[in-house]
Formats: sequence, C-alpha cells, structure tokens
Amino acid sequence: MLAYAIKRLVQMAIVLWAVSVIVFLMMSFTGDPVFMVIPIDSTDAEIEQARRILGLDRSMPEQYWLFLQNLVQGDFGRSYVFRQPAMDLILERLPATLEIVIVAMLIAAFVAIPLGVYAGANPGKPLSRLIMSGSLVGISLPGFWVGMMLIFLFAVEWRLLPSSGRGDTVEVLGIETSLLTWDGWTHVILPSVTLSLGTLAIILRITRAGMMEVMRQDYIKFARAKGASRKDVLYGHGLRNALIPVVTIFGLQIGDLIAFATITETIFAWPGMGKLLVDSIYRADRPVIVVYLMLVALIFVVINLVVDLVYTAIDPRITVK
Amino acid sequence: MDHQSATAPLLDVRDLRTWFHTFSGTVKAVDGVSFTLAPGEVMGLVGESGGGKSVVGFSLLGLIDPPGRIEGGEILLDGEDIARASEERLRRIRGREIAMIFQDPMTSLNPVKTVGAQMDEMLRLHTDLDEGARKARCVAMLESVGISRAAERLRAYPHQFSGGMRQRVVIAIALLASPRLIVADEPTTALDVTIQSQILKLMRKRIAETGAAMILVTHDLAVVSEMVDKIVVLYCGRVVETGPAREVIANPSHPYTRGLVDSIPNPKHRKPRLAQIPGAVPDIRNLPSGCSFRPRCPRAQARCAEVSPALAPTRGTLSAACHFPILEEVAAAMATTGGERA
Repeated sequence: MLAYAIKRLVQMAIVLWAVSVIVFLMMSFTGDPVFMVIPIDSTDAEIEQARRILGLDRSMPEQYWLFLQNLVQGDFGRSYVFRQPAMDLILERLPATLEIVIVAMLIAAFVAIPLGVYAGANPGKPLSRLIMSGSLVGISLPGFWVGMMLIFLFAVEWRLLPSSGRGDTVEVLGIETSLLTWDGWTHVILPSVTLSLGTLAIILRITRAGMMEVMRQDYIKFARAKGASRKDVLYGHGLRNALIPVVTIFGLQIGDLIAFATITETIFAWPGMGKLLVDSIYRADRPVIVVYLMLVALIFVVINLVVDLVYTAIDPRITVK
Repeated sequence: MDHQSATAPLLDVRDLRTWFHTFSGTVKAVDGVSFTLAPGEVMGLVGESGGGKSVVGFSLLGLIDPPGRIEGGEILLDGEDIARASEERLRRIRGREIAMIFQDPMTSLNPVKTVGAQMDEMLRLHTDLDEGARKARCVAMLESVGISRAAERLRAYPHQFSGGMRQRVVIAIALLASPRLIVADEPTTALDVTIQSQILKLMRKRIAETGAAMILVTHDLAVVSEMVDKIVVLYCGRVVETGPAREVIANPSHPYTRGLVDSIPNPKHRKPRLAQIPGAVPDIRNLPSGCSFRPRCPRAQARCAEVSPALAPTRGTLSAACHFPILEEVAAAMATTGGERA
C-alpha cells in the first residue's frame, strides 16, 4: 500500500511536470502579452521596461526555469491584469464552480442511475425506450441552448427562478458558499441542471449497458432463485457489478465539468473559474492561464487516483499494486 | 387425493408447457411434461442438451423470463398450483420451499459480495433468526459441506475459492433455509472429473440428512445412476420414458433411452467404438411429424411419422412414449442400436 502510494505520487509529479512544459510552450506561441498590459500610447522605452518587469525579455528556457523555481517555493506568478497572485484569483473562484459542479453531478447520479438500472433491467418496455430516447436528446442538445431555454422558461416566462448571477452566500470554514441559503439555491439550480444534462445522459447509457450485461449473469438468476426481491436483485446484486465503467466516466465528467464549465458559467454570469479562464485568455493573462491549466491537471490526476481507489472498494477482485 | 393420501406427492407436475415466443417462431421447450415427486424422493431429469431439462427446473421456481412463458399445465406443490402463483408468493417459495443449485459455480456466486453475505441473504429472506444465530447457522452449514475454517471463510469472496469449493458454497446456500425440494441443474458438469464424484456424494449425503426431495437435471446418465430413485427422460420437451432408476438404466424400453444408456462407457465390456445415437437433436421450432425421435430411431416405422406416441406403460414399472418400445429385456452391455459397428 505504501509502495503504491509512493508510485502514484511520483506518477502525479511526472504528469504535472509534463503539463507545465506543454502549457508553457503553448503560451509562448500565443503572442506577446506585453501589449495587453500597457497603455495603448506607451513609448518603446516603456514597452521595454514592462517586458523587463514581467521577465519577458529573457529566453524561453530561462523563463521556464524561473517559473519552476518560483513554483517550488509556492509562488505561482502574478496576474498581469489584476496584479494579484494568480493562484489566489483562481482559488477565490473555485468554490463557486465546485458548487454548481457538485450539484450537477448529484443530479446526474441520482437521476441517471435509477433510470439506467430500470432501462437495463427491462430493455423491451416502452418506458425504457422513452428513457433511452430522452438520453439521446440529453447528449445531443448543446449546453448553451439548454441554458438559454431554461432562463427563458423559468426566469422570463414563469418568473420562478433568477436568471443569472450567484445568490446570497455564507462563509463556512473560510469558504463562501451559496448552498446554505435559500436565495443561493435558487441561483444554483438552473446552471446545475444545465451542466448536468450531458453527464446525466452518458451515465444513464453506461449504467443501462452495464445492467443489461449483468442481468444475463447466473448470479442474478441465483439471487432470484433465493427469493430476493426485485429491488434487492437490481440494486443489491446487479448495480454494483455494473458500476466500474460508471465510476470511470463519473470521475472524468467531474474533472471535465470543473475545468470546462465555462459556457454554462458565461450564460448564467456565474462567477466561477470558467469565466475567469475565458477572461484571462482574452487578456492574454499568461500566469493565470498557466496556473489554471496546472490546477486542472492536478484535479484530473487526483480524481483518477480516487477512481482507482473506488474500484477496489467496489470490486474485491481489483487490488492496488 | 383420497386413494393416494398415503404417498401424497410433494410435487405433482401435470402437462407443463413452457414456450418461448421468439421472432423465428415458438419454441416449445417444454411441451406437456408430467411427473410426480414424493417427499424425500430423488429424481433424475435426463436428456441431451436442448431437451428442455433446465427449462423444467426454472419453471418450477417461476424463473421463466420473457419471451418465455408457462403456457399451461399445473405445478402442484402440496396441492397448491404454483404455476399461477403471484410473484410475491413465488418469492416465498424460492429458497424456502424449492431451492436451486446452478450448473456453473464460477458464475453463480456474486463476485462482489462475500460468501458470508450471500449465505446470510438466504436466512434473512426466509427466517426470523437474529444476526448471531444466522452467522452460527452459516458457519455450521459451511462446515457440513466440507469447508474448513468456516467462520473465517465467510469473509472471503468467491474468487478466493476453487470451483469445487464454490459449488460446495452454492450447495450450502441452497440447503440453508431447509427447503423441501432442491432442483440441481447439472451441478457437476462444470467441475473437474475428480471433483464431480466428491460433490455428488456430498449432495447425496446432505440431502438424505435433511430429508429434502431432489430433482437432478443432467445429460449424464452415469451421474444419475448412482444417485436417483427414479428417472424421467426428456426429448424435445416431452417425456419419452420414465420409471425406477435401476430399471430405466438396466432395461430401457424407449429407443432413445437405450441409445443414451449405450453411450455410457462401460469398463467391463470394452468395445472398439463407443455407441452413439446417430444424428442430432432436431430444431425444436421445426420438429418432425409424429414422434420427434423418429429420424434418429433404429426402430422407426411408417406409423411413427403419423402419430405422436403418448406416454404409456411398456414393461414392468416403465412407461414410454413409443409405438414400438423395446419389450424384451437385454443386458445393458449388449447394445442393440448402432453400437456393433467396427
């Protein structure tokens, strides 16, 4: 177990280092950020000075080396635009994004898994066909359209929910959250539903495929021959055997939603990380982009580790090595 | 009931018909099967693959899934027709009255649950015992099927057991709720030959101890000959012969049974070539006219193509569905059909 932990940590470090190299190289191709931070009427001398201050006058390897040195000391660079540590900017926005992602994933899991189990256990029934057709719609509809439709219906037509922004927040353990206020929830619900649709459809389809496979197995028939109820057979014996691919996709989707909730956040003017990323790209705010992508890579690596550990909890035949 | 009350059957299956409605036609997997089983009696349900043996077994537990359906007939358990019982009632019968042992122990245990949890489930469903009592019963049952360090093994997962051990676990689970009937569907087919007789002996011993009746579904006459009181031979979903085990094996009256018996290797009468029944089981959606066995039968005559024979007494205690049954008694080894070539 200790050897496994060390191995995984080393792997994570290698992945993050590789990501840092790639991100840094990519950034150097995106144009000179100095023009984004200086006034439009600056003189050549002023431009040169700005370059020096930002460290952009040095060679690429030199810049990277400096970046790495700072990184190890916990300094992730400062935003050109906000003149604040890039990491602080991102961490400030992270809770808002996590909020809608967590709610979205919960919606997806609690809706998709029961529906997928039903559709997988009763493949021929009309309701199953309806569920599957519905899931195709869920996969096909683009998030921005769904978001706008939801705003149109719930905020404009029926005036049930606010159209955009984040509601009242309270601070818990130093983290601002809107999940503990009624107003917060009314703001969370539409972006979360929008965000959840694609994931919901995918998880539903994977759960169904897994259940169809599992329901053919002898141990399902054996469980029925014991006199187990339908519910016990489906959820007690079937679902857990169908869960491995579901957990894999679930993990990938969490990472995906955290990293790229951009479109939904933009539509709902949700002050999360995704909006920060888009703004930073517009402003060529290199340090923020670099830190953002590094953080996303870290999130993915950690989620992968968690997924692997969850495998071992689900299926005793899988062990960590 | 009246005149039979002395030996009131535990199970009385009458004209059972289980059909599968597939796109390519109706498969009459079981088509008019009748038999009775007394308490504690052990019956062999014999036939080639595709003969409908397993379907009979699953029908008894109400485990026929669409497109399959019990089309007709009665399954009387203590006089109660369970062919028409509600799912609710069937759930109380499964495991408690009728338990089932499956063919392949590698796949009949749930891989993600401990052996203990899978055993406990049976007791939770069918008894009022508290947790401690259930555990004690599981340990005792595991020990009784020859698994040592049982308390420890309860926490193990199926993949930590060998095939033979797993089948012992499956048998233990089947016996846990003290059912009165056990349906064993080819319980040794998937096991190594060396393990097969161990498991059979174990089943015979344990089942005799509990006084349960058993239906042993198998394609292997050699297996049943050691274990069962009576034999029902199925061919294409119908009973072709039935009688006391010893008589059916020593002197079968139906040509099909004769063929099955002759294809058992007999070390005392070594033949250069083992007898076999020519041809193969016909497509059950497209059965030949008259007697289904006719195309493979050495005794077939014109009448066999016209009229489907009904089950009727043939000789002694045997009944067979055949127009021209074998009425003379022959020693098993002196094969009559197809065995004397070479």
